[in-house]
Amino acid sequence: MDENDSINIEITRRTVIETGTTALLLTALPRAALAAGAPDEAGPPPPPATVDLRINGSSHTLTLDPRTTLLDALREHLALTGSKKGCDHGQCGACTVLIDGRRINSCLTLAVMHDGQSITTIEGLADGDRLHPLQAAFVEHDGFQCGYCTSGQICSAVGMLTESRNGMPSYVTEDLTQPAQLTDAEIRERMSGNICRCAAYPNIVAAIKQAAETPT
Amino acid sequence: MKAFTYRRADTTAQAATAAIKPGARIIAGGTNLLDLMKLQVETPSELVDINRLPLDKIEETSDGGLRVGALVRNSDLAADSRVRQRYGVLSRALLAGASAQLRNKATTGGNLLQRTRCYYFYDVTKPCNKRNPGSGCAALAGFNRIHAILGASDGCIATHPSDMAVAMRALDARVETVDRAGDTRAIPIAEFHRLPGKTPEIETSLKPGEIITAVTLPPPPPGIQVYRKVRDRASYAFALVSVAAIVDSTRGRIRSVRLAFGGLAQKPWRVAQAEEKLRNAPANTASFNAAADAVLEGTRGHGGNDFKIPLTRRTLHSVLAETTRT
Repeated sequence: MDENDSINIEITRRTVIETGTTALLLTALPRAALAAGAPDEAGPPPPPATVDLRINGSSHTLTLDPRTTLLDALREHLALTGSKKGCDHGQCGACTVLIDGRRINSCLTLAVMHDGQSITTIEGLADGDRLHPLQAAFVEHDGFQCGYCTSGQICSAVGMLTESRNGMPSYVTEDLTQPAQLTDAEIRERMSGNICRCAAYPNIVAAIKQAAETPT
Repeated sequence: MKAFTYRRADTTAQAATAAIKPGARIIAGGTNLLDLMKLQVETPSELVDINRLPLDKIEETSDGGLRVGALVRNSDLAADSRVRQRYGVLSRALLAGASAQLRNKATTGGNLLQRTRCYYFYDVTKPCNKRNPGSGCAALAGFNRIHAILGASDGCIATHPSDMAVAMRALDARVETVDRAGDTRAIPIAEFHRLPGKTPEIETSLKPGEIITAVTLPPPPPGIQVYRKVRDRASYAFALVSVAAIVDSTRGRIRSVRLAFGGLAQKPWRVAQAEEKLRNAPANTASFNAAADAVLEGTRGHGGNDFKIPLTRRTLHSVLAETTRT
């Protein structure tokens, strides 16, 4: 998919969602406005930058306002709206994606900084109709209520299990020189960058615990 | 965000040359800088991306220490087996900071250079001498629960938010830099961060265009290493008070200690006299109190943060009791 295809997708989605009076404005303006944030004295847009991103196994070449965060590139330019914008300041974790297998907040990084890197979003975890073990475990354990934080929780948990299997310690690990067992306390500490306002935490912990025991 | 031009630096010299320009800023992890740019607290006209520079190694030094590249991510530094075995206080301090996602991005150099979390620094509608020199300080008579009780000035009572830097202060780390002429220097961490005085906008001893390339850790001193962080939540919150302690003791007698404190000032706080009071002293309440008195010499609360004075004393007691138990 190239950028032109993504524009078509965006127009279709937006036009359906927004009412006719604002649809034209939104389809004409959203990117510069998003990159700039509040429309106050942001000045003329800077020269665009080109970036190659490998997202969920597919290559995408995007020409972007350099202010575009990775999150906005995913959501607004590629119509990958599974990654959510919660706080937009790295505090809630709803935007968590994996870059070369490591979890990060996609709202606190610029798309142009990730030229040539592999990005996995929630859309890239399932194998066709077969859910990723963490997705299946979240369904089984009812690890959500409203679901807004869920894609971030799941991407974060994927990264967390890799970290844990690689022997990375956490703040609550008793002995830094020994591999940590993934207790409830360890899971809670390691997942503290993902906030759930519905407070589905007990079920999230149960889901992650189950997935941790599933061989991958 | 204000408009900026983006460029990627291919060499450290190129980065230093680009960064010397007024309005240019280096970006590494970006977790603090981009946050501030979204709020227009930071408004660089040019961003110089140094993420592809080869500054991401942790190497042994000839004297038995470690040299940590400026771009080593906080999570990688915390997880390094040598750091976990020899510099536990540093690993613990890193793991106490931020969230896993942020630690995967945040770098060693960037962590040292992060800005204060003072609410009024973040709020561009309020006066702040650090953000807008000469405009005043809204924190002095405002909500100042998280603010400094030591080393502050009439113009600024901000604190430095880093946990990592507090551990590095206890370890006597040195910050290695290079400028565009290729000249290098090693700045003792004690001299790296500056107190606000009359120029709170100047936060470090870096010169324009000078770039951090590494942090070196001398061989670890003997003793138990502890990082204790007291905060409003059990995880993912900045320190109200933190203590990095390296305590060498045997059978109730202290041989030597190193104590660095976070959450108290615009830089990691260390008082040689407090450590001197504990040298060859019995591990008892009288010794701990004498050390706490020395640490807290010259404290000044501003209302909302008065609680930090007794909290510092109690946290120090707790840490010293824990580390001298055997």
